[in-house]
Amino acid sequence: MIKAVARRVAAGVVVLWAAATAAYLALLAAPGDIVDAIIGDGADTPQIRAQIIAEWNLDRPAIVQYLDYLLRAARGDLGRSYLLQRPVGEVIGEQILPTVQLALAAAVIGVVLALVLAVTTRHRWVRRVSSTAELMLVSTPPFLSGIVLLSVFSFRLGWFPVAGDQGWAALALPAVTLGLPIAGVLSQVLRDGLDRALDEPFAVTARSRGLTERAVLIRHALRHALIPAVTLLGWLTGVLIGGAVIIEQVFGRPGLGQVTLQAVGNGDMPVVLAVVVLAAAAFVVINTLADLAYLLIDPRLRRS
Amino acid sequence: MTIALPRPESRRLTLRRPRPGIAAALIVLALVGTAVAWPALFAGDPLAADPLHVLQAPSAAHWFGTDQLGRDVFGRVVHGARHSLSIGVAATVIAVGAGILLGLLAGLTHRYADEALSRGFDALAAFPLVLLALLFIAIAGTGTTSLIVAIGIATLPHYARVVRAQTLVVRQAPYVTHAVAFGASRTRLVLRHVLPNVLGPIPVLAMIGLGEAVLIAAGLSFLGLGPQPPSPEWGAMLSEGRGYLHIAWWASVLPGAAVTATVISLTVIGRHLQGRFEGRHQ
Repeated sequence: MIKAVARRVAAGVVVLWAAATAAYLALLAAPGDIVDAIIGDGADTPQIRAQIIAEWNLDRPAIVQYLDYLLRAARGDLGRSYLLQRPVGEVIGEQILPTVQLALAAAVIGVVLALVLAVTTRHRWVRRVSSTAELMLVSTPPFLSGIVLLSVFSFRLGWFPVAGDQGWAALALPAVTLGLPIAGVLSQVLRDGLDRALDEPFAVTARSRGLTERAVLIRHALRHALIPAVTLLGWLTGVLIGGAVIIEQVFGRPGLGQVTLQAVGNGDMPVVLAVVVLAAAAFVVINTLADLAYLLIDPRLRRS
Repeated sequence: MTIALPRPESRRLTLRRPRPGIAAALIVLALVGTAVAWPALFAGDPLAADPLHVLQAPSAAHWFGTDQLGRDVFGRVVHGARHSLSIGVAATVIAVGAGILLGLLAGLTHRYADEALSRGFDALAAFPLVLLALLFIAIAGTGTTSLIVAIGIATLPHYARVVRAQTLVVRQAPYVTHAVAFGASRTRLVLRHVLPNVLGPIPVLAMIGLGEAVLIAAGLSFLGLGPQPPSPEWGAMLSEGRGYLHIAWWASVLPGAAVTATVISLTVIGRHLQGRFEGRHQ
């Protein structure tokens, strides 16, 4: 058991290291001088250039530069934005809360909606309608559903604020927009899982004990159906972070998306790198946790 | 760390799929294909402004209404098909091409090189697609070419992993052993015996992947990182129309509907083919 856990954690660390390295290589691959890439559209003075050379160890051998970058990243030091004249950690720290709120709210909406859809639409015809709806949810770009929701509920009906981040009312539409495609994917996976679980011998046994179909579904089949859904946690993180960038733009919300887009537009590489590595870290951590959750759920995996 | 989607029993899936859906998807794709090949068949100049008729609601003269400059939204959607789809197709071609190459390489080299490449795919897959594309655009600058390469790189691990897995199976196959015994050269072995047999699942995956690529491309253009105005790209049109949402929903919602219809159609056909493909191999 301990060996299996250690192996998964080690795999996570390796991927994280590779991701940080990939981001660093991307910076090196930027056209022109690395100092230019780090300055971006910021003020370009000899002092700032000297500061960048000192911070990134650009006067030292390449291997030292790289190892020092990794060490700093491991310590949580995300460098300094020369455009904003502030540490990157501070910039991100200020804007991360609205994005995390949005992502968590969307995740809750997506998971709850998926569970409800998968469990309640077992009947043949309802299920066909529901499958079509899921396909639509998955294929509709979130910026379109966001704009439709905005048009109907904010402009037409005036139920929700049009833009900004004023409490829960402003969170509702963005969270629903981001949660819908997640619900579409998860409920498909859950439904397939339920189908397979209900064909298993244990479902027959449970039925023969006189359990109602609903009880078999909820108490027995659902657990099995949840296992493949857990695998999707890492994917979910990526969708939430990537989607948040677009959704924040649609609804004019503050957050990491705005920070990232501004940084991309101004060529503020330290901020872009930090956001990207942070997103990869979130993905790796959640994926590793999901792998570990597997070990808890399914004893068969503990041995290998 | 791979994401293993459960594989439903494909035969039941195929039977359950409603046929009208496939017919509708084919019709949509045919229309989109025609719009790509010959936009002038449906609509005139997508850039012709008409200051006297701005933000008009859909009517017989302008099926999708007009935008803030009085341009015909339907004409822009039709002409936009070429922009939006060519980005998706080019990105998918890059992803599939590079994915096949890297996947083969990983499947055929020594254990350590394979391990390194596979971890590389894992690392690439750890970045959310949109952010990976943003990183690339931050380095290479905005524009259609960067957008294409960015999406190509971001979606590559998917294909590379599948090709690698297939290669590992194929290289153990008896016909490969026989070819080695007959003294086939390395190049011949890879090109004639391994490559054709690892490509099986790729066309269907690419079809579903194309839908995803079109979706990401529209999203990034919506953020202003793709083709610049006034070019009639669907995502960019949506973004332009966003500012007039309170008075003219059609200028943003209808281009968005074009993206959705295209992606749904690609997905429906792709999944149908996937079902058929897996059914045949069972």
